[in-house]
Amino acid sequence: MEASDRKRLLREMLFARRFEERCAQAYQEREIGGFLHLYPGQEACAIGVLEKARKGQDYVVTGYRDHIHAIQCGADPKEVMAELYGKETGSSRGRGGSMHIYDVDHHFMGGYALVGGPFPLAAGFAKAIKLRGGDEIAICFLGDGANNQGTFHETMNMASLWKLPVLFVCENNLYGIGTAIERASSEINQYLRVAPYKIAASQVDGQDIDVVMAEAEKAITHVREKKEPYFLELMTYRLRGHSMSDSGAYRSKEEVEQWAQRDPIGIFKKRLEEAGIIDAAAFQAMDEEILEQIENEIVRFALASPEPRVEDLERYVYVAEGA
Amino acid sequence: MAEMMYWQAILRAHDEELARDPLVFAMGEDIGVAGGTYKATSGLYAKYGPERVIDTPISENSYTGIGVGAAMLGCRPIVEIMSVNFAWLAMDQLMNNAAKIHYMSGGKIRCPFVMRVPGGTAHQLGAQHSARMEKVFMGISGLRVVTPATPRDAYGLLKSAVRSDDPVVLIEHESMYNLKGEVPDEEFFTPLEGVEVMRPGRDLSIFAYNISVHWALQAAERLAKEGIEAEVIDLRALKPLDRAGIAASVRKTHRALIVEEDEAPVGVGAEVMALINEDAFFELDAAPVRVHAKDVPIPYNRRLEKAAIPNADDVVAAAKKLLGK
Repeated sequence: MEASDRKRLLREMLFARRFEERCAQAYQEREIGGFLHLYPGQEACAIGVLEKARKGQDYVVTGYRDHIHAIQCGADPKEVMAELYGKETGSSRGRGGSMHIYDVDHHFMGGYALVGGPFPLAAGFAKAIKLRGGDEIAICFLGDGANNQGTFHETMNMASLWKLPVLFVCENNLYGIGTAIERASSEINQYLRVAPYKIAASQVDGQDIDVVMAEAEKAITHVREKKEPYFLELMTYRLRGHSMSDSGAYRSKEEVEQWAQRDPIGIFKKRLEEAGIIDAAAFQAMDEEILEQIENEIVRFALASPEPRVEDLERYVYVAEGA
Repeated sequence: MAEMMYWQAILRAHDEELARDPLVFAMGEDIGVAGGTYKATSGLYAKYGPERVIDTPISENSYTGIGVGAAMLGCRPIVEIMSVNFAWLAMDQLMNNAAKIHYMSGGKIRCPFVMRVPGGTAHQLGAQHSARMEKVFMGISGLRVVTPATPRDAYGLLKSAVRSDDPVVLIEHESMYNLKGEVPDEEFFTPLEGVEVMRPGRDLSIFAYNISVHWALQAAERLAKEGIEAEVIDLRALKPLDRAGIAASVRKTHRALIVEEDEAPVGVGAEVMALINEDAFFELDAAPVRVHAKDVPIPYNRRLEKAAIPNADDVVAAAKKLLGK
């Protein structure tokens, strides 16, 4: 990979971090309502996997921690932020909110609040791809908690049985909301749970984006060429709470600090520094430029955008005639 | 104009839509090789193959979700739920995804998804095979809910449902698959909104849907012999309900009777009464009356089952009560 691409990847991860931190600030300022689930700590997962996908062509779906997946597919961060601010210019015209970002032009097919709900949707995208005869694939990002839903087992069974081209990415951050994985799952290695369904699977470090990309490339090639599912488990950790209303009481300070040592941005930054691709000053400049973009372009756009009109409340319940 | 059975009308609609559009597909339990519990998909597996007439595992929620996902990419799936009680298992994907995706994406993603469910009580199938879930479906924003009372509408509503860009739940009836009726030979579409006057009358309006339309028609026949002219209205589309059509009939007859196979609480009758109250209260000459099932889980025993579900006799009695006779 070219040095310029490696630098871009670092910027994308840092941007994701700063974007989410800015969301947290806006939430505390009550500019953003509802529930807000943020991504810091897991950036290498979505960014690494999607780097190896055909962005804008492959169909992507995820749960409620969805801002960064949408942006990596090609959604305009201004529209994502405007959605969080509930504006008409938002990705879902202010009707969806943080958990329901959509960008159909870039084939980001949404974030969903029901844990495990996207499994069959992704299999359905793959079914449609198969009927249309294309070589796109479906990619479903969910957490370890989703694997305890019936939809996980039902969908794995059908995806395997019907040879559907879908990549399931399990971002295992070790907690389902606030319950530790060993207290919720009789098999803590999630990739082993698809073995009975005869789905190829692997488990790798989700904090090192180089590792993620290498494994994602294999997994995506498997799905695209063999036209059958693959289950990729990425071991990761969220550095913030499940949502903004998380007390954090279920995990120790030591544990969080230990994982902070394995911050995906820190790992990749160090590697680029050692390779002479970036230095401390350049990183600092990158960070400042990102903060400036978020404040002056993205948040400004969200703030300046109009709210949806109350007269349009019932619009979009059904598809309008002739639309 | 040919006479055909309800199941044959459904089969014809499937066949025409599968032949027309390669993105239409059907899925459900036993619909392919076995041809469907009520034969409504018989022969289609041989004609269209396993990729388009799909036998599913017994996983209602996820195959519903697979249909929804395919619909989001422009396919037009027809998902069959074998027995309406099983639709409870699919409610997550139906209610949280199919019904909500168009709205919560700000109109950017369409979900042209069709679910067919045989509703109602048949013959001693017990409490877990006799549900009437229309009240549940019609309470969900974003869905369209229609229910054919005749072979003609079984064909025409399924045709319209497949062409609709909205998610549609089509409620059939286990006891009506062998019902015979005339179906025009040429292609046609029954609208997904609006009531239909099945029999005009001046003395009272009987609002019914699905199997209760037949109880209402039988009752109207008997009432006519006693000089009472009942107007029978097939509600047909339960969501959105045609409030103007309901009010128009009440303005004509000034008396309203609602017949439903379901239990009364939170039901179709309650909703129709509320609409009449809101739109035509001062047109009424008497308080509206409901005929409905008893509020019990449907029992197995034949006598008990019969006692739990209304019939034409109950409709006649209620009509006379409404007219003070």
